[in-house]
Amino acid sequence: MPRLENKTVLISGAASGIGAATARQVVQEGGSAVLADRDAEAGRGLAAELGDRAVFTPLEVTDEASWQAAVAASLEAFGALHGLLNAAGVGAPSDIEACTIEEWRRVNDVNSLGTFLGCKSAIDAMRRSGGGSIVNISSVLGLRGAAHAMAYNASKGAVRSLTKNVAMHCAQTKSNIRCNSVHPGYIDTPMIAPRLGATVGNMSGRQWLEALHPLGRLGKAEEVASMIVFLLSDESTFSTGSEFVCDGGLTA
Amino acid sequence: MAIVTGGASGIGAASAALLAENGATVIVADTQESKGAGRFVQHDVASEAAWKALIADVLAREGRLDIMVNNAGISGGPGTIETTTVEEWKRVHAVNADGVFLGCKYAIEGMKHTGPDKARSKGSIVNVSSVAGLIGSAGPTAYTASKGAVRLLSKSVALYCAEKKYGIRCNSVHPGGVDTAIFNPLWQMVGREQGKAMIDAVHPIGHMGEPAELGEVVLWLASDRSSFVTGAEIVADGGMTTGLMRRTGFAAP
Repeated sequence: MPRLENKTVLISGAASGIGAATARQVVQEGGSAVLADRDAEAGRGLAAELGDRAVFTPLEVTDEASWQAAVAASLEAFGALHGLLNAAGVGAPSDIEACTIEEWRRVNDVNSLGTFLGCKSAIDAMRRSGGGSIVNISSVLGLRGAAHAMAYNASKGAVRSLTKNVAMHCAQTKSNIRCNSVHPGYIDTPMIAPRLGATVGNMSGRQWLEALHPLGRLGKAEEVASMIVFLLSDESTFSTGSEFVCDGGLTA
Repeated sequence: MAIVTGGASGIGAASAALLAENGATVIVADTQESKGAGRFVQHDVASEAAWKALIADVLAREGRLDIMVNNAGISGGPGTIETTTVEEWKRVHAVNADGVFLGCKYAIEGMKHTGPDKARSKGSIVNVSSVAGLIGSAGPTAYTASKGAVRLLSKSVALYCAEKKYGIRCNSVHPGGVDTAIFNPLWQMVGREQGKAMIDAVHPIGHMGEPAELGEVVLWLASDRSSFVTGAEIVADGGMTTGLMRRTGFAAP
């Protein structure tokens, strides 16, 4: 039996990277995917490719009204909402001295406020649908520090803690909603594309990032997506408030 | 030379008193006036202009900055993921997260201007996070997320300063329930005696912490006695996060 049969999943950042790879797997596993992104062209294109069980809805993750519209669009398209993936995120190569308050706010607004608003907006619709699973994309940088990703570091730490808070709230209110964080290592997605061509010492940016991982390579979006599908499915019903690491051994 | 934000009360006041007792010149930077140890400076941690003015003033008067204690914080209302408004989220993050970001950024600015009279350790930044930065059930939603940000922000700052060989360390402190004004809303709800019994019960050690107990942790991290400690999470919580938690249905700030 398909692992996500009769489940509807709302995905932020669905037009590319981990969000897009998850949208593909959700449909392959028998579920319905609501592709939410600010990139309407790519989002619509992917939705069309995935067929009847995928729709696109525009989403600005820092805007609560936009989230409410995306949840309403999910209910309208498929009649229920069982899963939420908060995959939208931005990186920023900034250290504590160089980062401006404007950049700090931009990164934290998308990554942290955006995930907060996603959880807040989806919970009631999920509860009315009988419950389900929220997956928030944090990062290995929600677990460990990095000198040159200060604002990103802080925002992913916020997502890690927020996830546990949401999990506890949903447990205490007996909402039958689980909430977990996923912590990818460096995944070959548009987010890190600008870094791959750079030069670090005598290595390319790609070689340098690959060497960080004991497995000796970057992760693929599909590899993170399959962990997310596990968390969205009923295979993980006793897991909530936990940290799921997918990092090629980076934090080992 | 030390700055303690939120130094007018609670853990900040206890830290300021202990730092002063142990020979530091202390500036208490707070929105409310301090009657305790140190020189009081009216200061809003969320304002970059206020930070620029504070650091310029400290360097002009003292010529140095050695210790920054980013302690100012607010619990916000008792909001859950469903009831917390965007405004509340932003208000809590402005103080707890933006305030610590700016505190670190300008502390480094001040400490870099401090002469290399100590071989191994030039500066120490102490960021007060919370057990809520470690476990999810220990606070309101906005507060919990902001303390998670402080936890990881501290590591980034620690690694950056290490890489730059600034001689500046940065650590986070994670207090459990400490008997400070942060619990006033609870005391008002259920009475101090009953409220305190509820908080005492979630600490394996049997009671909530006193501000001075956290002040001692801050003093140690601020001093050269912790010269090999950076990027660390120092937990002082009466054992609260050590074992399997007993859920009382009450979430402490």
